[in-house]
Amino acid sequence: MNAVLEFFGRGSLRVIEGVGRFFVLLGMTMRGVVSPPFSPVATARQVVRVGVDSVPVVLLTAFFTGGVLALQTFKGFQRFHAEGYIGSVVALSMLRELGPVLTGLMVTGRAGSAMAAELGSMRVTEQIDALVSLATDPVQYLFVPRVLASILVVPMLVVLADAVGIMGGYLVAVGYLGANPVVYMNNTFQFLSMEDMTSGLIKAAAFGFLLSLVGCQCGYDTQGGAEGVGLSTTKAVVMGSLAILIADFFLTKVLF
Amino acid sequence: MKLTKVTKSFGTKTVLSGLDLTVAKGESLVLVGQSGIGKSVLLKHVIGLLKPDSGTVEIDGEDLWKVSAKDRDRLRRKFGMSFQEGALFDSMSVGENIAFPLTRHTKKTKKEIADRVAECLDLVRLPGIEEKRPSELSGGMRRRVGFARAIALQPEILIFDEPTTGLDPITTDVVVKVIEEMRARLKPSAITITHDLKVAFGIADRVGLLSGGKILVDMTPKEFEESKDPRVAAFVTGDSELAPPEVEPERRKAATAAEAHP
Ligand SMILES: Nc1ncnc2c1ncn2[C@@H]1O[C@H](COP(=O)(O)OP(=O)(O)OP(=O)(O)O)[C@@H](O)[C@H]1O
Ligand SMILES: [Mg+2]
Repeated sequence: MNAVLEFFGRGSLRVIEGVGRFFVLLGMTMRGVVSPPFSPVATARQVVRVGVDSVPVVLLTAFFTGGVLALQTFKGFQRFHAEGYIGSVVALSMLRELGPVLTGLMVTGRAGSAMAAELGSMRVTEQIDALVSLATDPVQYLFVPRVLASILVVPMLVVLADAVGIMGGYLVAVGYLGANPVVYMNNTFQFLSMEDMTSGLIKAAAFGFLLSLVGCQCGYDTQGGAEGVGLSTTKAVVMGSLAILIADFFLTKVLF
Repeated sequence: MKLTKVTKSFGTKTVLSGLDLTVAKGESLVLVGQSGIGKSVLLKHVIGLLKPDSGTVEIDGEDLWKVSAKDRDRLRRKFGMSFQEGALFDSMSVGENIAFPLTRHTKKTKKEIADRVAECLDLVRLPGIEEKRPSELSGGMRRRVGFARAIALQPEILIFDEPTTGLDPITTDVVVKVIEEMRARLKPSAITITHDLKVAFGIADRVGLLSGGKILVDMTPKEFEESKDPRVAAFVTGDSELAPPEVEPERRKAATAAEAHP
């Protein structure tokens, strides 16, 4: 019993510590954003890296998600003869929810983990100490370009994911379920409002911010050698994904 | 530069306990001590990579941990530090590594920076390797590039963590000559860690022996060499029988047992 209590006690202490550290590093990052030297080149390089890295996996995920959405809604809507609305359901779900969340999770897996691994190995090989010794603030130098780039890139990826997801839904509905192409397309856009798009994009920017700061934090605070880098990488994916799913709930509540 | 009553522990392990150390302008101090005794930890306090649990670190009269982060970086600009394992940025080429402090802290043109980089590589006898990646270099080459990066800005205070360990005798001599020449030209203060007493005697004004979390002895190289102090003599002759045990006997036994049965 005591062991159980201790387990949960320690666990929650660690979580509180991690969250506290997150806000400390957030403060340092924001200070780094507004004070010189600015780093447009490094940020651009990260944009390319985060973006290009993640495009294939994001597109594949979106395509199949759109497809499966069409299949599933068909199964359900068929029961009350509402097949005509499959297009609307696919588009709404992609734009408002699945586009941002799935893209966020995939980018966490690709880019968030890569950030943790890179910063982690810099930590254990004393490269971060070397930065400090060269009078360079490591949080500003390493975090700021990655966080800014992710806030920029994830929304762009989400626009792509939305488009490809809708396309996946269309191909399944028209090609496999025998829906009328013109009717389906009309349906897709009939109930959409600008707000669906913007709420999805706001989410996307928030997820980009979360996954990059969590990834950087896990890498930056790496302890121990190669083993520590491995642990940080895993932690970046788990914590980043959790942060995205929790934030998604609250953002949805606020943005509705 | 002045350290006063610096104490540092990692968990339950106390590495520095009330250490006092002063290095005058232009003076060269060589630190020796057994492996794992805390020499690298001491250097990291000097440049503010580690914050002492208690005690103060002063650079030119300014307390490193009382000033703002910005001023701390300004103070750090006076330093050039080379790390034990090189600590080169592996996302950059060798040339970019050495250029890093120059691009960040000076207004030099590209051409001037490239010239300075080439000059620094010449100094450590590695000319023309600007385009190579750190991963393509041997351990000794990496250490020399780290050394070149540390001296690129011609700092007022040089900190070298084992600059010659693992280098052949000829390259060691090159590094010693570079340090000597820089000191003759720019009169920087220097703290060097080395296990090589020949190097120590070559570049030191003073030799300090770190043991038990303090600077145990602090004397001129000549006094050090001739010292009758058993702890110093053990170091000069390399006799482990004379040396104080670095960990308590039980733990040493446990460590040996662990080594025997991995
Ligand atoms: N970040 C750290 N966390 C925990 N312990 C540390 C840390 N850094 C150093 N130590 C401990 O402090 C002690 C001194 O380490 P240090 O690296 O200063 O040794 P050293 O004198 O430089 O040895 P060497 O000559 O082998 O380089 C070691 O026992 C090490 O385990
Ligand atoms: Mg050391």
